[in-house]
Amino acid sequence: MNLILKNGRLFDPSQNLDRIGDLVIQDDRIRDLGPDIAAPGPGVIDCTGLIVAPGFIDLHVHLREPGFEYKETVESGTRAAAAGGFTAVCAMPNTNPVNDNAGATAYLLARARELGHARVYPVGAITEGSRGERMAALGAMRQAGAVAFSDDGKPVMNAQMIRRALEYASMFNLPIIEHAEDLHLSAGGSMHAGPRAIQLGLRGISGNSEAAMVARDLLLAEETGGHIHIAHLSTAASVRLVREAKARGVRATAEVTPHHLTLCDDDVAAYDTNFKMNPPLRGAQDRAAVIAGLADGTIDAVATDHAPHAAHEKQQEFDRAPFGITGLETALPLVLRLVSDGHLTLARMVDALSCAPARIFHLEGGSLKPGTPADVTVFDPDCNWIYDPAESLSKSRNSPFTQWQFRGRTLYTIVGGRVVFTARQ
Amino acid sequence: MDTAHHLLGIEGLATPRIEHLLELARQFQIAPPPRSLAGKRLLLLFYEASTRTRTSFEVAARRLGAETVSVTAGASSIEKGESLLDTVYTLRAMAVDGIVVRHSSSGAPHLVACHVDVPVVNAGDGMHEHPTQALLDAFTILRHRPSIEGLTVAIIGDILHSRVARSNLLLLSRLGAHVRLCGPRTLLPPEFAAFSDRVSLTYDLEEALAGADVVMVLRIQMERMRESFFPSEAEYVARYSVTSERLRAARPDALVMHPGPMIRGVEISADVADSPQSVIREQVENGVLIRMAVLRELLGETA
Repeated sequence: MNLILKNGRLFDPSQNLDRIGDLVIQDDRIRDLGPDIAAPGPGVIDCTGLIVAPGFIDLHVHLREPGFEYKETVESGTRAAAAGGFTAVCAMPNTNPVNDNAGATAYLLARARELGHARVYPVGAITEGSRGERMAALGAMRQAGAVAFSDDGKPVMNAQMIRRALEYASMFNLPIIEHAEDLHLSAGGSMHAGPRAIQLGLRGISGNSEAAMVARDLLLAEETGGHIHIAHLSTAASVRLVREAKARGVRATAEVTPHHLTLCDDDVAAYDTNFKMNPPLRGAQDRAAVIAGLADGTIDAVATDHAPHAAHEKQQEFDRAPFGITGLETALPLVLRLVSDGHLTLARMVDALSCAPARIFHLEGGSLKPGTPADVTVFDPDCNWIYDPAESLSKSRNSPFTQWQFRGRTLYTIVGGRVVFTARQ
Repeated sequence: MDTAHHLLGIEGLATPRIEHLLELARQFQIAPPPRSLAGKRLLLLFYEASTRTRTSFEVAARRLGAETVSVTAGASSIEKGESLLDTVYTLRAMAVDGIVVRHSSSGAPHLVACHVDVPVVNAGDGMHEHPTQALLDAFTILRHRPSIEGLTVAIIGDILHSRVARSNLLLLSRLGAHVRLCGPRTLLPPEFAAFSDRVSLTYDLEEALAGADVVMVLRIQMERMRESFFPSEAEYVARYSVTSERLRAARPDALVMHPGPMIRGVEISADVADSPQSVIREQVENGVLIRMAVLRELLGETA
């Protein structure tokens, strides 16, 4: 079966490609690309005026299955991913039960094969039950298909534990992902510690609750030679620490969310829990620093931390409501804003959404080179639309971007040569 | 949600509305009120223990002829883990005309106001605001001073966790006072300076009291000691207790206020609490007048 993406702007930073042409897909692989190589006909998608990019890969998604199917499932989560242009997602292990063993990893992969609209890469827990006490079966989970390890949602507070995990995972060349948060510094907080928290009377989560853990983890990665990946980096100090560690040659990578690139604590609408996430929206200087860090490559990837929650869970007192917002369907237009504002080149944007995630987690994809899997995202950078969570393909609606006027939208998402999403025109 | 139909905080409360409420309270002080809220039913939803505020609202409502229904923490549905909104929907269905909310979570009255069609009054939410307390404090000051403009008000104690401090600094600075906040560094974050140009911070009690027209003393919860905000009660008393000796730094006619509950010998000495300068008991009396004004405005004038 052939699929031809005709006359698009073929855009692939992994091979410095930016030219108008056709992309030919045969079965599940990219076969060829070049100017005007395919005739119009059946199996042809006219991509005139559209950008044809390697499929986006989200390193940080909560699919909630098993255990929290009322929030999201593998089916609904990957459907939302495809709608956002993501051809692959890394699924965090904080399900119930926690993905801390090979059986759970294999189960998730089986569900994804059966129901998935995008590829699913399991992230296994670092410790049993993510309780931080005993190392989980990293080797067995890797055998079953885990691509990284994390106790996401919780930091690994025990420095010896994270040190051993870095050493052990380095045997498989897999990253340890840290949700960097010193729980003593953040205890009881529900938004960033700053003037807005004081004004709203909400307990603050200090920026250094993150940076202190980032510093610790970078030192341990340097000592062990292991690969530390910092999840959802959010503060200026964290960016500075990662930049300095990378310059020293530490095996460190990092991701940032679209919401930390877009909003800061001053934007937190009064007690609107759709502005409550962890790490919280930080100060304006932090936001500027993560944008700069993404632009200069200190921060490798954009990852959504898509964290669906049911309406009744979010419609609570601010300090009682769970942390997290959805992100898969709003990521592209939010990051495109940085491109149109001149903060980011289009090449860095596509790299951060696709090539870099593949590179740092050693995943297939992230490229349009012939012979690679046909995971492709076709988007219109100029399409104007209004985001309405009621139309979301996710099971949950918890987004602070309700009714935002966006520019840029995914029109087609192709996974393994199969069109898994077509935008309603 | 339209904030004009509620009283959620001093922030966002228009100055003409503040003046109107103070004027209403003044009228109620002079003339016994008519039963202008006869037939109205007020729900007092108290998720946090409170004697003085709940009683004050109850007395205020009844003096205006309204009926009150009290639901307090420990009541069954709250204990059973029902969500705040479900509790509110249920009670709203019992034909109440207004809801007074006290809650340990900042923003809880705001959440309620977003989901009901009757006026909501914030009777203290977490570390956020306690607007009727600030209004009664302003009213109390105005019974002794012609204007708040130009006064220096020292607020002393656990500023960080105090909704009384937040509401008062917002209200009094808006009305033209200079507000000095004072407490240990751990309980007085520098971010408080961002509230207003008329707010200043000091960790030194003597500096806070120097030349002050009004001294507002806040309770210090011993729970803060366990959280290591300060080392011991003795050290707090040594540094921050308002005693008659220290009070000499303030103006000789300075008013001494305390929102209660007051622990004599800790944040305030007994002789200061009972001194002729103290208007602490008068605050309680004025609380009823202010709450009558608030209920009258929200339930009586907009109906």
